[in-house]
Amino acid sequence: MILQAPGAATSGAHPLSGTLADWIGLLPLIPLLGFVINGIISLFGAYRSGPADPTLAAEVAHGAGPGTEAVHTEHAPSAAHAGAHPRAGLVSVIGPAVLGATFAFALALFFTMTGAGELQAPFVKEYFRWIPMGDLELNWAFQLDQLSMLMTLIITGVGFLIHVFSVGYMREDPGYPRYFAYLNLFVAFMLVLVLGASYPVMFIGWEGVGLCSYLLIGFWFSEKANADAGKKAFIVNRIGDFGFLVAIFLMYVNLGALDYLGVAAAAGELAFGGVLVTAICLFLFLGCTGKSAQIPLYTWLPDAMAGPTPVSALIHAATMVTAGVYLVARSGFLFALAPAASLTVAIIGALTAFFAATIGLKQWDIKKVLAYSTVSQLGYMFIGVGVGAYVSGIFHLTTHAFFKALLFLGSGSVIYAMHRAYHHTHSHEDAQDMRNMGGLRKYMPVTFILMWIATLAIAGIPPLSGFFSKDEILAHVFARAGESTLAQATWLGIPGHSVLYAIYALGLGAALLTAIYMTRMMLYTFHGPNRTGEAERPHLAEAPWVMTGPLIVLGVLSALGGWLNLPHILPLGPTEVLEHWLEPVTGAATAAITAGAPALPPANVEWLLIGAAVLIALLGIGIAFARLKPERLVPAREAPPEHGIERVLAHKYYVDEAYDAAIVRPTVAVSRRVLWRGVDTGIIDGLFVNGSAWFARGIGWIGSQLQSGQTGTYAWGIVIGVLAVLGAFTFR
Amino acid sequence: MLPESLFFSAILFTIGVVGVLTRRNAIIIFMCVELMLNAVNLSFVALSQLHGMTGQVFVVFVMSVAAAEAAVGLAIIIAIFRHHESVDLKNINLLKG
Repeated sequence: MILQAPGAATSGAHPLSGTLADWIGLLPLIPLLGFVINGIISLFGAYRSGPADPTLAAEVAHGAGPGTEAVHTEHAPSAAHAGAHPRAGLVSVIGPAVLGATFAFALALFFTMTGAGELQAPFVKEYFRWIPMGDLELNWAFQLDQLSMLMTLIITGVGFLIHVFSVGYMREDPGYPRYFAYLNLFVAFMLVLVLGASYPVMFIGWEGVGLCSYLLIGFWFSEKANADAGKKAFIVNRIGDFGFLVAIFLMYVNLGALDYLGVAAAAGELAFGGVLVTAICLFLFLGCTGKSAQIPLYTWLPDAMAGPTPVSALIHAATMVTAGVYLVARSGFLFALAPAASLTVAIIGALTAFFAATIGLKQWDIKKVLAYSTVSQLGYMFIGVGVGAYVSGIFHLTTHAFFKALLFLGSGSVIYAMHRAYHHTHSHEDAQDMRNMGGLRKYMPVTFILMWIATLAIAGIPPLSGFFSKDEILAHVFARAGESTLAQATWLGIPGHSVLYAIYALGLGAALLTAIYMTRMMLYTFHGPNRTGEAERPHLAEAPWVMTGPLIVLGVLSALGGWLNLPHILPLGPTEVLEHWLEPVTGAATAAITAGAPALPPANVEWLLIGAAVLIALLGIGIAFARLKPERLVPAREAPPEHGIERVLAHKYYVDEAYDAAIVRPTVAVSRRVLWRGVDTGIIDGLFVNGSAWFARGIGWIGSQLQSGQTGTYAWGIVIGVLAVLGAFTFR
Repeated sequence: MLPESLFFSAILFTIGVVGVLTRRNAIIIFMCVELMLNAVNLSFVALSQLHGMTGQVFVVFVMSVAAAEAAVGLAIIIAIFRHHESVDLKNINLLKG
């Protein structure tokens, strides 16, 4: 279907037509093929083993340990109490191989693109008429430009590494083929999301990745907490998707186009800062807050940690959750016209970055720390795209994909080791609680070193990747605060430049907190004495090579990722490569926001900002080392309850509880009392369904009374009738 | 002569109708139906003075049908009596819906 002859209006003159780029539709098709094969294997396996799989019951029994929150309990790498799938060997080849093939094809496309010289216009490949609707002709089309190319490389590259890691992590799971089927399907939808040439095509991918996210969060659905976490992610995302849809409808009604090129052309007619463009941008951003876990819809992401750890790495750190950032960068031509919306994006990003970082300070679950860290870093990306530094936002997205995937896979490797150790002694301790770890440096040296690289990268220590991307965002915020359309605009009556300075301060604060909580995580996990337990300690060991291999590659990328976009004041190589690469896509929007002023502050100011940021990062690491003593920690089961602010932080500011009280419970109550008891039971069941039955029965009763069976009565009827007819004739 | 005949026929018919409506014994009702038929026969005969012989031919038909009806009707009544040991129509409501 996808490979049909091209539609009528392909850009014939484009330098990429007639090259490998014509086969761009293969990109999502290859992982889709993997999904089909793995799905078939999974289905046949399910029939063979039958519904009464005893291993499932054993897993459930093992999962809920005493004193652990059920959501925390991940019992993935369970070597013994769940038999490996009989086709696991085949799946281990197909799952990563399709991703490898996709990545290779993406690389080939990339070199085709670089070989074609400077490309200004995107290459759009139309496949078929999709929604012909009134005067709107919407085609199913893929768009290849510098931004979608970069995203494709990240998704397939990092995705490939995570697929390889999954082979080690998930191999013993009885649902192994199902896992890879979902993972392959996710990559297929993610590629549709970034390659789509219009908002509706992107929306298909957007919903598809949401579906896969739901399926993978609830992968171990036999435990209710995991299934609930999946449901929460899906439902919270619906709120955001509603915003995205409304934005699409607004564009259709007012701009008459839905493909990026058409919308960009029609956007020229819109009034600068007008209500319409601001509304479209804000509704788009509502979609982003759902998918990319920003305030107020961020609560699903920490719960999403119920899924397998490689899923958290791929979907909930590296790719899917960055879709919102991609959406804002892709819609830069709209956001440049709406300074109020852009400021909103940046403010929400800054608040989320800071807020999530404070929660990360007191989490004990290693994956929860990383989850809040992800929310916080996504906030950073939104600061970038919010202030019109689209390249910086995408740059941070890229480096974050490297170091956060590394952190998650590293934590997966730690959990794998912990789980195996606890499994040997049949202990029910929480394998993800950092209070049960400690001193793992001795047992897992490779993971230890790589995790420190990622930690320093996310904390912003030069010359690791996170330093460059984070500082670039902050430098852009600082420059915008001086002179830009954003600084001249107002946000809820507050002058834009004050808002931007506040965002800068929040960003610095978040950077400090990031350094603290990440160092805390490292200290508690790898340093100090080991708290796992005497019996378990001898069983702690480094993960196999199939897991550490991808970690090493990601470690190199995390360390060197900054070279993608070196600042021009630090000429350690070719500078601003990414800036130059993305210039055709985002350059115009950034130029519109800077309004002629330089995009970055003068060199001496920039040096000052870099100095401040590095100082902050070092300060954070120093504070963590000075204040946190892993020697004083006790294992989770002996830990005393927290008090005061620590308790508030450990309970995530009670936001989930507040949402529960303010939104979930009223919704449930209204649904139960009004919709269920009132409308459904009362009106629909009572009035319509049973009411019509009662009506028919009443009519029937009246009719049945006429037929008494007494012939005398009938005779009376006949006589009266005859008399009536005769009377009518006589007295007419 | 004609008015008297029709008057007598009407009285006979009314007696039959009242009998059918008021009595519960199946045999009496049956006899009342016969009374009504014969009232009609009387009218036919009386009116044949004015309208030719057709009415008298009809009377023969009516009497033969009435004889057949008497045979079938009495057989039914006997069957009902064997079943219910009664010919009181109050007890017989098999036609009830």
